[in-house]
Amino acid sequence: MNIVVCGKIIPASTVTIELDPNTKRMVRKGVTHELDPAAASAVEEGLRLSEKHGGAVTLVTMGISEVTIGIRNALAMGVASAVHILDDAVAGSDTLGTAKLLAAAIKKQPFDLVLCATESSDSYSGIVHGQLAQLLGIPALTFAKEVTADGGRISIHRQSENGYDVVESTLPALVAVSSGINEPRYPQLKGIMAAKKKEIKVYTAADLGLAADQVGEKGAREKVLTIGRPPKREAGKVVTDEGEGGKQIADFLAEIKVI
Amino acid sequence: MSEANGILIVGELIDARLSSVTSELLNAGGQLAASLGQPLYAVLLGTNLQNAAQEAMSNGASKVFLAEHPLLNEEQVEAHVTALQQVAEQVQPSILLIGRTQLGRELGPRLAFRLRVGLAQDAVALTVEPGTQRLLVTRPVYGGNALAVVTMKRKPQIVTVRPKVFEAATNDKTTEGELVRVAVEIPNSVVRSRVVERVAQETAGVKMEEARVVGGGGRGLGGPAPFAELEKLAKLLGGAVGASRPACDAGWIDPRFQIGLTGKTITPELYIAVAISGACQHMAGCSGAKVIVAVNHDTEAEIFKQARYGVVGDWRKIVPAFTEAIRELVS
Repeated sequence: MNIVVCGKIIPASTVTIELDPNTKRMVRKGVTHELDPAAASAVEEGLRLSEKHGGAVTLVTMGISEVTIGIRNALAMGVASAVHILDDAVAGSDTLGTAKLLAAAIKKQPFDLVLCATESSDSYSGIVHGQLAQLLGIPALTFAKEVTADGGRISIHRQSENGYDVVESTLPALVAVSSGINEPRYPQLKGIMAAKKKEIKVYTAADLGLAADQVGEKGAREKVLTIGRPPKREAGKVVTDEGEGGKQIADFLAEIKVI
Repeated sequence: MSEANGILIVGELIDARLSSVTSELLNAGGQLAASLGQPLYAVLLGTNLQNAAQEAMSNGASKVFLAEHPLLNEEQVEAHVTALQQVAEQVQPSILLIGRTQLGRELGPRLAFRLRVGLAQDAVALTVEPGTQRLLVTRPVYGGNALAVVTMKRKPQIVTVRPKVFEAATNDKTTEGELVRVAVEIPNSVVRSRVVERVAQETAGVKMEEARVVGGGGRGLGGPAPFAELEKLAKLLGGAVGASRPACDAGWIDPRFQIGLTGKTITPELYIAVAISGACQHMAGCSGAKVIVAVNHDTEAEIFKQARYGVVGDWRKIVPAFTEAIRELVS
């Protein structure tokens, strides 16, 4: 089973996000990046499936040159090779532009299964995988908290409002996994060494057959007008527990008549 | 092609009744309809839709489109998208609102793709720009670190709306609504994945999303056992227990109790955040709480900037003492 994992590499969780008032986007250039933990779960699931059923795992990602560190991390985890869509012209792509680029890159190799995160930990839109499945013409199984493959079929446990649904389809298919589906492995030294020799193919939008007006800001159907910080709640009183902390909260709640 | 007109609400049903989110959309849509001078419509999908259609009308819809098909009783995304595409092409609304529910989150992107239009996901505010009459959508981005105002270039302007942001519509409209049946065609080839089993994991006590008091536990609890402590406290207050994403991802509590951007949105009178740092992804799901109190060992925890009352210290000592003090107060 050949598996493509679409994963995003995002500013590290330790980085304080800066907003650029001109582009109305997050500042990514010069910022330390890491493989999105949500994407790491998709990578891990891909590796587990390939260990069980054979076949190679390929990572497909898009981003500025700062994302290379995250690609290396996925390769060190055990991914066989990577595809990096790297092109200034794709900056500001909306979700559809992104999906078009990813779909074109995925189509360049044989695949039975495409794995994605449900949503990235930075933009949180959760839109791309649905569009990607449409573009690839394959069924999408989403919110997966368990994945099993059997012959030409795939079966998942899909998180529902009050439990889960068992959803099945034939392959090829796209599966979007929930973040808690597994505990992604840490790369071992051997993997880190091996990763240095693995191939990262780099494509531009033109390489993928996409014209400049289909991607980037020009191709976007949504436009960001303004961006700013959300309003903060007013901070209240903070006390340090000296044995009375529990009672103090209770008294406060009684005082403002919440209980 | 005629000018796109009307605000179309995509209804969802729970036990043959309008879901609360649908009612919220009818309220939000009604406000947009009033400022644009356009009609408010709803579309319902499934079978036995009569009662829900009446509800939609009393909530303000002047026309309710019924897409009747047995496949639409299942949470089958492709079937829903196929039907909605046909309805949208017939109705040609200027705005189409979908609840950001489990189903809605999947419908939005696919429908936008089929209709070749843009999409704004997870709206927390909707306004009409004076003059241009464009829809301005406010949505959280970068994990709730920022709020963006976006517009869409084509019509219909499709938006998924976060639940519990808008009040539910009042069901006092006397509109003599019109029922319009739309004959939708859903070829079998469309349905390529099937739900073969539905497993409901019943929750004892109050539902988290409806609870007046919610006690949330986070990474700092360190394991599944401490949730029993929160359970005791919540039970005493007639409330429910929830959790942050790290606690759910670690497997300490089922993901259906996850509060936050990826999980559920709660709007209780009181939210008790225990061993939760208060990352914006989490706060996005609980910032509608009237009062937040927090217990955390870290003086610098973000949660203390948002809580009305915070106690710095060890939850192992504070929570049992808090529970005891509540027990005395309520008895």
